[in-house]
Amino acid sequence: MTEELTFEKSHPSAPPPRLPESGVEAAPRLPANLLRKRPPALPRLSEPEVMRHYSRLASLNYSISENFYPLGSCTMKYNPVANEQAARLPGFAELHPYQDPETIQGALELMWRLERALCEIAGVDRVTLQPAAGAHGEWTALRMIQAYHLARGEERSEVIVPDAAHGTNPASAALCGFRVVEVKSAPDGRVDVGDLEAKLSNRVAALMLTNPNTLGLFERQILEVSEMVHATGAKLYYDGANLNALMGICRPGDMGFDAVHMNLHKTFTTPHGGGGPGSGPVGVKADLVPFLPRPTVERENGRFVLDSERPHSIGRVRSFYGNFGMLVRAFTYIQAMGGDGLTQASKDAVLAANYVRKRLEGVLDLPHEGPCMHEFVASARNLAPQGIKALDLAKGLLERGFYAPTVYFPLIVPEAVMVEPTETESKATLDAFADALKEIVELARTDPDELRAEPRSLPVGRLDEVRAARHPVLRWRPDGESG
Amino acid sequence: MPYLVHSEEDRRAMLAELGARSAEELLADVPGQLRVRGLELPPGLSELETMSSVRRLAARNRTYEDRFWFRGGGVYKRFIPTAVDAVISKPEFYTAYTPYQPEASQGTLQAVFEYQTLIAELTALDVANASLYDGATAVAEAAMMAVVHTGRPEVAVHPYLHPEYLEVLRCYGQGRGFEVRQGLEQVGERTAAVVFQQPTFLGVLEDPQALTAHAHHHGALAVACVDPISLALLAPPGEYGADVAVGEGQQLGLAPSLGGPHLGFIACRQDLTRRLPGRLVGEAYDAAGRRGFVLTLTAREQHIRRAKATSNICTNHSLCALAASVYLTYMGPEGLRQVAEVSYQRAHALADRLSQLPGVELALPDQPFLNEFPVRMFHVEQSLKRLEAAGILGGLPIARWYPEMEDVVLFCCTEVNDLDAIDRLVEVLGQA
Repeated sequence: MTEELTFEKSHPSAPPPRLPESGVEAAPRLPANLLRKRPPALPRLSEPEVMRHYSRLASLNYSISENFYPLGSCTMKYNPVANEQAARLPGFAELHPYQDPETIQGALELMWRLERALCEIAGVDRVTLQPAAGAHGEWTALRMIQAYHLARGEERSEVIVPDAAHGTNPASAALCGFRVVEVKSAPDGRVDVGDLEAKLSNRVAALMLTNPNTLGLFERQILEVSEMVHATGAKLYYDGANLNALMGICRPGDMGFDAVHMNLHKTFTTPHGGGGPGSGPVGVKADLVPFLPRPTVERENGRFVLDSERPHSIGRVRSFYGNFGMLVRAFTYIQAMGGDGLTQASKDAVLAANYVRKRLEGVLDLPHEGPCMHEFVASARNLAPQGIKALDLAKGLLERGFYAPTVYFPLIVPEAVMVEPTETESKATLDAFADALKEIVELARTDPDELRAEPRSLPVGRLDEVRAARHPVLRWRPDGESG
Repeated sequence: MPYLVHSEEDRRAMLAELGARSAEELLADVPGQLRVRGLELPPGLSELETMSSVRRLAARNRTYEDRFWFRGGGVYKRFIPTAVDAVISKPEFYTAYTPYQPEASQGTLQAVFEYQTLIAELTALDVANASLYDGATAVAEAAMMAVVHTGRPEVAVHPYLHPEYLEVLRCYGQGRGFEVRQGLEQVGERTAAVVFQQPTFLGVLEDPQALTAHAHHHGALAVACVDPISLALLAPPGEYGADVAVGEGQQLGLAPSLGGPHLGFIACRQDLTRRLPGRLVGEAYDAAGRRGFVLTLTAREQHIRRAKATSNICTNHSLCALAASVYLTYMGPEGLRQVAEVSYQRAHALADRLSQLPGVELALPDQPFLNEFPVRMFHVEQSLKRLEAAGILGGLPIARWYPEMEDVVLFCCTEVNDLDAIDRLVEVLGQA
């Protein structure tokens, strides 16, 4: 079942939408050299055809609204529908960013209170809400750390990143002009403290860490690591992808992290939108506060103001004040959950991960000792004799009505299968998922060719990605045009 | 508690399966000295109470009737067809993740493929990516493409690029190590890119062909930051030879929402494809010969290339790109042209009317404009206050960015500003 492109469905008989006429006397035409010569080949479809097209496309998508999405490191939890309604309230959605701040006191108060809540959750002093996504938050934090060192007259050129880190960590560091130095993981999956010691020097601006790390394990020696890093004058950066494990349990700021990014589209239930928009606020400790992006929201005599007079600020990291619509959703969620609810959410997330992990004992390889935090990494290498790979398990799960876990990440585990169940899946769903994986592993042993042929019942079978990359077709072209 | 699913009995059963006596045992790796006993946040609320408190905050913001918005400066009030919100409210789209498993994500992937085509068509360039955060970061990403492509250390920027875009570009430049120069006088062999906005932040039209030729004469890339609706009428970057086109897509069906989430778009010439930041969707086939779509050319991206990636972008603005696709598909070529044309005509009628008021004159009377234009007027602050009292969001004073233009206000007109609203605006301003 596939769907024609809008461009292929387009037909000249489709009536254009009815729109107002200008109703004024025609103005002089613009000079010809400024005008477009050939109109854009946008599709021509009637409104009913447009709606049907997108409804059909929607039916080709798997989503968290439909079933379990155990995608490790992505925290695919239920997206409360109340959040959506809140963000669409005209009092939020219909605001111009350049309105007089006196006319947007409610919006500024929301941002101010969200900042305070995130400070409490992460254990930091201030938070910028400006970054648009997690990677954008990483980069923003590193820019602040860079500015901090420069303000002290130190030009530090290196950033240390674990070999198990998200790819965005080294990419964000490189984008900031840093040389990336990799630190190894010890056999238990945690940072190799010996290797870290060898790599620390006064050239190092920061160490980037995720805790729990990408194996879902808590970095037990975090206080020791923090001391080592700070002794060299470097800063400790927290990748907040895994914050869902920790709310109300412990706080990155207390562990010694100086800068912390948070993904509102993970931990704080704003929907992922098929690839964004997200939101990646960054919290910092006091000595990084002067470098926060501007403007910040301040409270003065009971009124809220936008403060752009911040002489040490790194400037702006995007236009306006961040993805405000996502801030409204996260604020609404935090209001509904409260401190007690968020704490229970993290505890349930940890419980669910350990439960699924337990159910998979003897089914997949579990290379690291538990307990895990909110996610765990298994390995499909036990199926190597049958020639079955992590990818085959992923496709087998799709065939059985589940989304697939993250596969082949982290890179340090061969045939990695990374499962993050979150707190919003019932025990029955978790059981059904474990049973499905068991069934797939069984099939791998009895009929591996069948498993390699799955999925069979989805809109398309396995797509030839190698050929797609070798001969990229990145757009539709009108008939007779090449490329 | 809202959104949690387990009963105490479920929790006990799961713990029993784990052989654990309590949830605490699972947290044994967290050093005791780091443990906090909950969060100092107010307790949770029912949905009724939550929504009531959120609504109270919303009610403390001033909103204006659509037709009384005369303020732009990067965020505009446009007519949004109901179809747009109906589509992006479908949970199959808005609650899906980045389409890592293509067989289960064809809806998102095909929508992005169509979006890439729409943007490429609008800009008359060869290829567009799956989306960026906003117009400002799109400018920065284009500049970084040019710096890597040319190996040159400077980027020259037209004096009236959106001031916030310029500030963001500088922030990226300071990190990445390239110089941002405002003004085009010093373009030369150190210049990686010439960045200009059409129309400029002041709303007026430059000669993009000349700016592009200026860039190319010095071996730099021409980066055009464009208004997507304007491209129904104005020459698109591909027609005047620009190498990269970027811009802000908010006008394509997205609510103003205090400035975000909106949509950054980027398109380029074929030979720059592998320098593009972010996601790209391409056509692929399964063993049965069925056409589908996949994320492709991922060897540019952070999860494969890590420190050597073209950009760090992971989550982008996919749902906003979907909104733009629905908008452009709904409009079609004639609809988009009509939107641009009505805005052009009404803005010119408004400019005429305003310039007849005593104490008001066009600030750049000799330069052509599309639907936003600078006006010089007496008593800027009082005038805007008077408009506000009449329920009108007046033009944007720009002195905060350009102190030399302390009496200049940027007015904007789109298809939402009907003739009554224009009359009312002129009437209130004329009451001085």
